[in-house]
Amino acid sequence: MTTALDSKKDRPRVFDRAAFFQRYGVGLALLLLIVFNLIVTPNFATSQTLAVNLTQVCTIVIVGVGMTLVIATGGIDLSVGSLMAIAGALSPMFFTGQLIPIPNLYVGIALGIVIPILVAGIFGLFNGWLITKFSIQPIIATLVLFIAGRGIAQVSTNGDLQVFKVPEFQAIAIGRVLGVPFQVWIMLAIVIVAAFVLHKTVFGRQVLAVGGNEAAARLSGIPVSRIKFLVYLICGMCSGVAGLIVIAMNSAADANLIGLGMELDAIAAVVVGGTLLSGGRATIVGTLLGALVIQLVRYTLLANGVPDPAALVVKAGLIVLAVWLQRQEQA
Amino acid sequence: MQGFRISPSMAVVAVLIILTLLGAWRYDGFLGTYNVQTVLRYNSMFALVALGMCFVIMTGGIDLSVGSVAAFSSVVAAHLSPYGLFPGLAGGLCAGLLAGTLNGLLITRLKIMPFIATLATMLAASGTALLLANNQSVSVSYETYFTNLGQGDLLSFMRPEWVDAEDAGILGGILGFILSFPTPAFIALAAYIAGGIVINHTAFGRHVLAVGGGTEASRLMGLPVDRTIFLVYVISGGMAGMAGVILASQFGAGQPIEGIGWELFAIASVVVGGTLLTGGNGSVGGTLAGALLLGIIFTILNFENGMGWISLSAYWQSVVRGVFLFVVVVLQAKLSRAAKAA
Repeated sequence: MTTALDSKKDRPRVFDRAAFFQRYGVGLALLLLIVFNLIVTPNFATSQTLAVNLTQVCTIVIVGVGMTLVIATGGIDLSVGSLMAIAGALSPMFFTGQLIPIPNLYVGIALGIVIPILVAGIFGLFNGWLITKFSIQPIIATLVLFIAGRGIAQVSTNGDLQVFKVPEFQAIAIGRVLGVPFQVWIMLAIVIVAAFVLHKTVFGRQVLAVGGNEAAARLSGIPVSRIKFLVYLICGMCSGVAGLIVIAMNSAADANLIGLGMELDAIAAVVVGGTLLSGGRATIVGTLLGALVIQLVRYTLLANGVPDPAALVVKAGLIVLAVWLQRQEQA
Repeated sequence: MQGFRISPSMAVVAVLIILTLLGAWRYDGFLGTYNVQTVLRYNSMFALVALGMCFVIMTGGIDLSVGSVAAFSSVVAAHLSPYGLFPGLAGGLCAGLLAGTLNGLLITRLKIMPFIATLATMLAASGTALLLANNQSVSVSYETYFTNLGQGDLLSFMRPEWVDAEDAGILGGILGFILSFPTPAFIALAAYIAGGIVINHTAFGRHVLAVGGGTEASRLMGLPVDRTIFLVYVISGGMAGMAGVILASQFGAGQPIEGIGWELFAIASVVVGGTLLTGGNGSVGGTLAGALLLGIIFTILNFENGMGWISLSAYWQSVVRGVFLFVVVVLQAKLSRAAKAA
């Protein structure tokens, strides 16, 4: 360890390619993609293209923020998609008055927003409990809810599609403020708050410390278990928010489909964004950019006639490339 | 120590036997030929995938790509099935081995952690399967013997007539029962016997456990760590490929979107079978018992639904599976902690 540090110090200051790509790679890739599209793809520079791409990426970014915090502690959360399904399946029961008749629509909507997010958070706490209390590896601990969570959502709706038409609720996804969809504002707010928390608060420092070296963090008096509980709680609540946005967009809740495969998209965004998978270094803005890059690659391919499955293969390549670049820098 | 290592697998076998007896006592036809055939035919695919996963987990790794690799190879096998049984089989198997090789290279050459590498392969295999299949399922050819692989019963040709006679007696019953085992079950059984021999009686098997027990220590001892890790992913890919061939053959179509959640089933089987997720320890037989156990639980749920006492929708399956995984994982954590303290 020390030798690696020394050799870095002794090395003459040359252009460190790996470090450069690590830091600015995502932004650069995004820029290149935009320039490429401006030249090649017809009708790229329209507000409609922007809106389409942003709404596609919103839920991924929101979940990705929670995932970034989890990964920053050296963990992983596979259950995000299932928690989205739980929140999404639960919400309509309140504002359609299925569960208990609620006289006031706005009270129903408020309950339909707050309770599902809290429930998703509680399931997040369950993840944290398994991981801290029993020292189970996060990938396995969150596998439990990955499997059972969607089942819970399906069982609670009997697997049926719940269709609704409540514009007041759907405003959280498709309503517009200053011409921008409301979900984009939610996404931006979450990104800004999370970036602030991660980089400017004690909690954020502690999150990174736990991921950097858990034993050292424990010895220096950081409440490691509490930090882990909190990041899984936050990740669960982010998933809850994303689940609500999905059903508001579709004006229907389908427990079988909400958030399916979201764990991959979120992890991909985090990794491409430059957060270290081993923990200890994280960037929220990177996750936002990472999600945008992945989305824009897909859009570029689709807009130029490449079939969607091929875009999957490209996404796989992107993930490998991003992680490989991380390894190069660490080595 | 030896006693502790054996006990989790023994416990699974005990539960397996108890559940089977319970089922036989409670439901008509539970041990009937038709039900046993169906259960074995369907679950042998999962058992194969779980065997590959067992090898991977014993080295301390994980393979999330098995489901989509199986889907990929089912498409390849279906495309090749008009040329006969063996081209279809070989093609599907090679597709799986190819994906496994990719995993192995990503992990040992590029030093990408198993979980991410196999995630990437999962996406790539899924995308390739959809491309090859043109986004729809690919019918297999019924002109060749290809469908026998999944739908046939290997030993049915040697079934003597007297077994089916009215007065065949108990001996005839048992013989008839065994002779009606489906082909996929024999394939899975052969794979498990081979797997057990490899783990317990070959140098490679020792290396697998040593690498899982401590990668650095194994490297310092001069064991071929990278080659061992590479090979377990190739094995896992091959098993997923074989499962894909059976999938195509059994359901008469290569299915590019099948295989979702297979990795979880496989991981659950391995864990339930008493293999430690941290690697370095494990049991091939336990994994088989674990896979059978999960299969039997769902059969029992189905029968219970049929009795009308409870009415559990199919959606309960994933809840039950998750709860099961939860119980086993927590027990495992407690056991290994107790072992550490002792």
